[in-house]
Amino acid sequence: MPTGILTTLAADKPVLDTGHTAFMLISAALVMVMTPGLAFFYGGMVRVKSVLNMLMMSFISLGIITILWTLFGFSLAFGTDHGGFVGGTDWLGMRHIGITQLWPGYGIPIYVFAVFQLMFAVITPALISGALADRVKFAAWSLFITLWAIVVYFPVAHWVWGTGGWLNKLGVIDFAGGTAVHINAGAAALGVILVIGKRVGFKRDPFRPHNLPLVMLGAGLLWFGWFGFNAGSWLGADGVAAVAFTNTQVATAAAMLGWLGYERIRHGSFTTLGAASGAVAGLVAITPACGSVSPLGSIAVGAIAGVVCAWAVGLKFKLGFDDSLDVVGVHMVGGIIGSLLIGLFATGGVGQTAKGLFYGGGWGQLGKQAVGVTCVLLYSLVVSAVLAKVIDLVMGFRVSEDDEVAGIDQAEHAETGYDFAGIGSAARLGGLLAPAESKALTGDKNETASPAKAAEPKVDA
Amino acid sequence: MKLITAVIKPYRLDEVKTALHDFGVQGLTVTEASGYGRQRGHTEVYRGAEYTVDLVPKIRIEVLVEDADADELIDVLVKAARTGKIGDGKVWSVPVDTVVRVRTDERGPDAL
Repeated sequence: MPTGILTTLAADKPVLDTGHTAFMLISAALVMVMTPGLAFFYGGMVRVKSVLNMLMMSFISLGIITILWTLFGFSLAFGTDHGGFVGGTDWLGMRHIGITQLWPGYGIPIYVFAVFQLMFAVITPALISGALADRVKFAAWSLFITLWAIVVYFPVAHWVWGTGGWLNKLGVIDFAGGTAVHINAGAAALGVILVIGKRVGFKRDPFRPHNLPLVMLGAGLLWFGWFGFNAGSWLGADGVAAVAFTNTQVATAAAMLGWLGYERIRHGSFTTLGAASGAVAGLVAITPACGSVSPLGSIAVGAIAGVVCAWAVGLKFKLGFDDSLDVVGVHMVGGIIGSLLIGLFATGGVGQTAKGLFYGGGWGQLGKQAVGVTCVLLYSLVVSAVLAKVIDLVMGFRVSEDDEVAGIDQAEHAETGYDFAGIGSAARLGGLLAPAESKALTGDKNETASPAKAAEPKVDA
Repeated sequence: MKLITAVIKPYRLDEVKTALHDFGVQGLTVTEASGYGRQRGHTEVYRGAEYTVDLVPKIRIEVLVEDADADELIDVLVKAARTGKIGDGKVWSVPVDTVVRVRTDERGPDAL
């Protein structure tokens, strides 16, 4: 967490500031809408037969993580420090927090800070889901994000942002979640897919996105919500928040253009999916850096992220891991780029005083950033792989091959995403009409009613 | 009687429907179809991964017609469906033994 506002806004003893508080409540709501946005972004990219599962993998995080956060997550992440690694138990169940009690050093109540951070805890596990598309049991996924939040997210959030967190004390800059959110989720995705393996037909069958307008809608919602994510991470409404807001817009624009330019040169077209992916890559990369760089620096951060991520999403085919919707290629790689570029482009004059190499700060900050990146990446990668292996041994992480091929929506949720085809909608109200009644309804007493067999819904293979 | 089947470009459907109606056709059946001919589909790129989409969307039209009208109807249909570009589709006819109008039980040409 940045600490500059402490000195600029509340020199001695902070008092409740309604302006900051109002801004932070709105920012929390903006971050919340990123998770449904992410669900659409991912949902449009899978095939028709798994769109609902993809949406649900994000939505379930809103359920599970919210409860965990309330019970003990907030306390573990932001309670009294224990050795720099984890927070204490002082706020279990969100008890013992006074409604007028302020987050130390800021003009906002602890409750505001807690609900704002809750939204970060919700979206981070949801980010992982894109790598596991089409193939994991919903219950196994739910168990995974529960354990992952407890063992990985809450501690890592404490390292990076908690008062006394060891990366925080080291001076690693992560304004809004380049390490704690994006590298963390991307590395976890890599760890899990190395354990559970590829989708049936990887590199053989086309996995065409079934609904690019949905992807664009999701990208738009993410972009919108990200202003709360980044500017809100300053925990106050002032000029620094405005610079973070500006940088968020600028880097995203540059990254979208960078990605589109790269693929026009490499593959011949400006694609819709490229525009959406480039925008998200830019949002990811500017996340840690938006309180350290200038708007001009943001153009560099965004453009670099757009081009490098557009290249990085091809690695899965070369290296043979099925990162289905490119969580590693966009979030891990984009997070690394943004976190490291702070070491080069930090001006020292925005929200944080640390200077990067290009602004006369030497190599020091880059070194600290590299430590932060490496530690979060390795910890999340290893622990996530272990968790996935344990879940796989206990209950099986993946659905059966038959269910995967036929469509996970049917197998795991007993639903179909779209009901456009006449044949597919010829369903029968199961169990509600007894055979005798259904015969009466046909209006023809002479014929034996033979209940129409519910047609197998047609799915796009 | 003959069954004329045409597989055409989807956006030519309105032209074909109008032309057949003007010709005097009483009814027809349209289905969405997928297929390829000598144009062999097309290529799409998603995040750098190239996919060959070899089944392209088509419309299949089926019309039942009396023998005497078959050749002329085919001419009308082909003319309306043609763009002159690759992928315009195909039209063929086969003989039909029996046709029954379900509502009245009429059979043969009366049922058309």
